[in-house]
Amino acid sequence: MQAATTPGPEPVSEPAPADRLAAVARGVEVAPEIHDSLLAERPVLEVDRFNLWYGTKQALHRISMPIPHAKVTALVGPSGCGKSTLLRSVNRLNDLVQSVRITGDMRLNGDSIYDPRMDVIDLRKRMGMVFQKPNPFPMSIYENVIYSLRIDGERNRGMLDEVCEISLRAAALWDEVKDRLHDSALGLSGGQQQRLCIARAIAAEPEVLLLDEPCSALDPIATGKIEDLIRELRGRYSVLMVTHNMQQASRTSDYTAFMYLGRLIEYGPTTDIFTKPVLRETEAYVTGRFG
Amino acid sequence: MTRHIERQIESLKERILRVGTLVEEAISKAITALINRDVTLAQRVMANDEEIDRMEVEVEEECLKIFALYQPVAADLRFVVAVLKINNDLERMGDLAKNIAKRVAQLADHQQVELPPEIRLMAMQAQEMVKQCLDAVVHGDPLLARQVREEDDAVDEGRQRIHKRVMQGIRQDPENAETLLRINSVSKHIERIADMATNIAEDVLYMVEGEIVRHRAETT
Repeated sequence: MQAATTPGPEPVSEPAPADRLAAVARGVEVAPEIHDSLLAERPVLEVDRFNLWYGTKQALHRISMPIPHAKVTALVGPSGCGKSTLLRSVNRLNDLVQSVRITGDMRLNGDSIYDPRMDVIDLRKRMGMVFQKPNPFPMSIYENVIYSLRIDGERNRGMLDEVCEISLRAAALWDEVKDRLHDSALGLSGGQQQRLCIARAIAAEPEVLLLDEPCSALDPIATGKIEDLIRELRGRYSVLMVTHNMQQASRTSDYTAFMYLGRLIEYGPTTDIFTKPVLRETEAYVTGRFG
Repeated sequence: MTRHIERQIESLKERILRVGTLVEEAISKAITALINRDVTLAQRVMANDEEIDRMEVEVEEECLKIFALYQPVAADLRFVVAVLKINNDLERMGDLAKNIAKRVAQLADHQQVELPPEIRLMAMQAQEMVKQCLDAVVHGDPLLARQVREEDDAVDEGRQRIHKRVMQGIRQDPENAETLLRINSVSKHIERIADMATNIAEDVLYMVEGEIVRHRAETT
């Protein structure tokens, strides 16, 4: 990956075209519609004029958006709109991709994520990430949850037990596993494994929790439990979530960002996005008229 | 390919317009029956109300089905919510037309008491509001909806004038008090029809613009 460069000056803003999506497809830069209420929130993460290319193909175009503290923010948009790329850029997972080049920056509680002096391992410890498919480690439930503390050298048994219980309770899994904490995590159901992964992420006290389509491999019952859990996390954790499921975004998030072809199109309170979005393009997407 | 929900929404729109047409017709016939003292026409209005009631239930069931099966959002959600409310108001308007028709039958035996001249104007204004609010539903027209809201005051004033005239009439001619009170009640029904048209106009504004304007002055 090539190092970040300083973002360029703001482009001259053009009047909003009648059809923003067609304009975006032609490559015209269109300013996103960001609702005022977002500006009143304290951001945990700030995406600042962020561009990303895979080789010669630009996947993210000058994304600027605040991710509010202690709120759930959902990224939605048709396949290929860049929402997963944006999520993976937050914990610099795209560093692992050879041809990736970026400009602009992101800041986690004020610290530049793409500062060349930033230790990526330290950075990732400040975030938790949960993927589409549950990925428990082949060890006990207990060891899975306290894994981050173990690798940090924590040995105080009382402290480890406490973190394990608090994290499993926060992930709404404690009652189901408290009697078998030392059984293999691989024996849990898919939904339980995913909640275990969330518990493992929470145990590290992340500044932001990144969820990449966390329910796409789960059945409706397990999905319901994870959605309930995400709602429970509101107010305590800052969550940035990618989802293909509109109803999941509407049920679980405080804010929703609609992306299209690598651009942020509209970003505002979820209730507004799903009842009266400002842009008709957003309306067409959330009502399923395209994408 | 048209999505299933779009077809459902289109079909719901057709249904609510059919209810609207029936109600508009019922009001128009009730007013004509009132002015011409035509009891036969009034009886037809009363009989036709059942059809409006039946269709109201069908529209409501259709809305509930769309909520349950399609979980509409944004413009679709606002449309179905608006239809649910408009449907309710239309059914009430149908009842009011029926009530006017009932009064026509009661007034038939008292031909000597003349209708106050204001009632004709008031009825015309209310009918125009009904027509306009239904046009606003069809075309999703916020300008027309706002116009309907503004027109409601004129109907309210008409109602006040008729009320005064009726009270004066009762004082002068107490023997016809019952008939005069029936006329007063007709003007109240007409005023309520105009109120319902205003409600529908407000539902159109919600449907198109996403803002609930009820209980707010018509300043925008």
